[in-house]
Amino acid sequence: MADNSPAALRAEGLQKRFGGLIAVSDVSLDVHTGEIHAVIGPNGAGKSTLINLLSGDLTPSAGEIMLNGSDITRFAPDRRARAGLGRSYQKTTIFPQFTAQENVRLAAQAHATSPLKMFGNVTSDKLVNRHTTDALEQAGLASRARIIATHLSHGEQRQLEIAMVLATQPQIILLDEPLAGMGQSEARKVVDLIASLKKGRAVLVVEHDMDAVFELADRLTVMADGHVIASGLPQDVRVDPAVRLAYLGVEEDAA
Amino acid sequence: MSGAEKRDPRTWLVPTILLALAIALPFVAPTYYVQFVSKALIMGILAMSLNLVVGYGGLVSLCHAAFFGIAGYVLALASPKYDPASLWWTLPLAVAASVAAAAAIGALALRTRGIYFIMVTLAFGEMLFFLFHDSKFAGGSDGAFIYNKPSVMLGNITLLNLEKPMAYYFVVLAMLVAVIALLTMIVRSPFGHALAAARDNERRARSLGFPVFRVRLTSFIISGAIAGIAGYFAAAQFGFVAPQMLGWHLSATVLVMVLIGGLRSVAGPLVGALVLIGLEEVLKALTEHWKLAEGLIIILIVLALPNGVRQLLSMVLGSSEENAREVQPSRADAKPVAEAGHG
Repeated sequence: MADNSPAALRAEGLQKRFGGLIAVSDVSLDVHTGEIHAVIGPNGAGKSTLINLLSGDLTPSAGEIMLNGSDITRFAPDRRARAGLGRSYQKTTIFPQFTAQENVRLAAQAHATSPLKMFGNVTSDKLVNRHTTDALEQAGLASRARIIATHLSHGEQRQLEIAMVLATQPQIILLDEPLAGMGQSEARKVVDLIASLKKGRAVLVVEHDMDAVFELADRLTVMADGHVIASGLPQDVRVDPAVRLAYLGVEEDAA
Repeated sequence: MSGAEKRDPRTWLVPTILLALAIALPFVAPTYYVQFVSKALIMGILAMSLNLVVGYGGLVSLCHAAFFGIAGYVLALASPKYDPASLWWTLPLAVAASVAAAAAIGALALRTRGIYFIMVTLAFGEMLFFLFHDSKFAGGSDGAFIYNKPSVMLGNITLLNLEKPMAYYFVVLAMLVAVIALLTMIVRSPFGHALAAARDNERRARSLGFPVFRVRLTSFIISGAIAGIAGYFAAAQFGFVAPQMLGWHLSATVLVMVLIGGLRSVAGPLVGALVLIGLEEVLKALTEHWKLAEGLIIILIVLALPNGVRQLLSMVLGSSEENAREVQPSRADAKPVAEAGHG
């Protein structure tokens, strides 16, 4: 593992307060290129808030976020995206009225040299077209490219999300419950897809499906009540007493 | 949206025939109708400008009459009493005023969403209405006259005499064609797709890296500029400006034109404008209670055809794959607009 190389994405002392509620408290973690870092934890542990903080959809109350060594804590989401950070959402977040191909092309276009040109047809940029085709192929959607996104199956829409992330040529990918609501065969496809993403990229994934997590993760962080309660190699975290307590015996502990 | 791949002859044949008819019209029709069609085409330009933000941007603006009216007032204020003003500098000045208003209103209103955006634009529109209504400098509630149509001169030579209805008609027609070309280019461009993407899913557009606010503001300003062009020519044609030109009533009427014509094409709102203005003309001749009849007919049109009159056209012409694709999304999209209408 690339422990000695600088982290592609590093969070330090992240905190997010919603009024009196502290959703995320003093969370620090690293994501390295070439590895999948999984974040797990019971509902309400603050995992989605953490992803939203990293992607810029939420601004942290305290702490800092570094991307390849430079501070991006105050960057808006679009600026973080252009700096190489791509994300998917827990709830499918696509452009429902565009075809799959147009969805992916928009993603590729956002990272083209002049994404907001006012002249020339969108289909005329060769580089954008290539990134679009590559991303659709890698995500296994090449044959479904012409379908309007809203008519795709749920699993295909999740694949489409990942294709869109890929088309932005990100160095760091954040996936928020990519397997949510999927059947087994669909999930199998997406697990293989996620496994293929770490080549040359850093991947952070929040997921509930434990089998998938232990299959994919090179490193594992467990959160509960907004805190990190354990972090390390999956086999070490698995036997950590604090983790067992969080998942099995919270009430016992409180009593 | 990617129409360039298959060249359907219908895509260029129909516009060509329509343009030929439009060019032939002043040679066969009486002057009254030439002026009438000029007016309708000007309203068509205004409706198309609004549709850039409503149909493609998903932003229901209720202050477009303000951009229209401001440009008209600029012409009125810039025109000397007994001589014509030169089009060469009054048109850019009028459009610049509309652009400035659109930039200021857009920069503030675009920080809100949905129903709040409608309310904020409505409020700004009404502010400008009362600014002209209650102040003395432009004739107050009485409005102001423009005694001469703008001159189009090169040195001492008059290139076009806009006092002639036919010349005026052709200038308006040329503007219309230029606006359609400009909007078509924008809508098909990466910028246009980014704008539509932000309409479909703002959060997604932003996380992909699109600066949504900037894209929307740019489209709002372009739209305001085109509304300004329409307002300038409307004021010149009527020879008169009044605060009603800026009021919400006109903004709402133009929105109805957009709804009738359909939200998903550049020229649809032009069809909507022609239908609505033509309908008014016919009903006025038939009955005293033409407003009531008009209202009922509009409700029927909008209810029966959520995608507007254009849907009817594609049903009549037989639907190619392209048409089917255009029709389908619009139906889903008609909902938020209808909901907005209730509020």
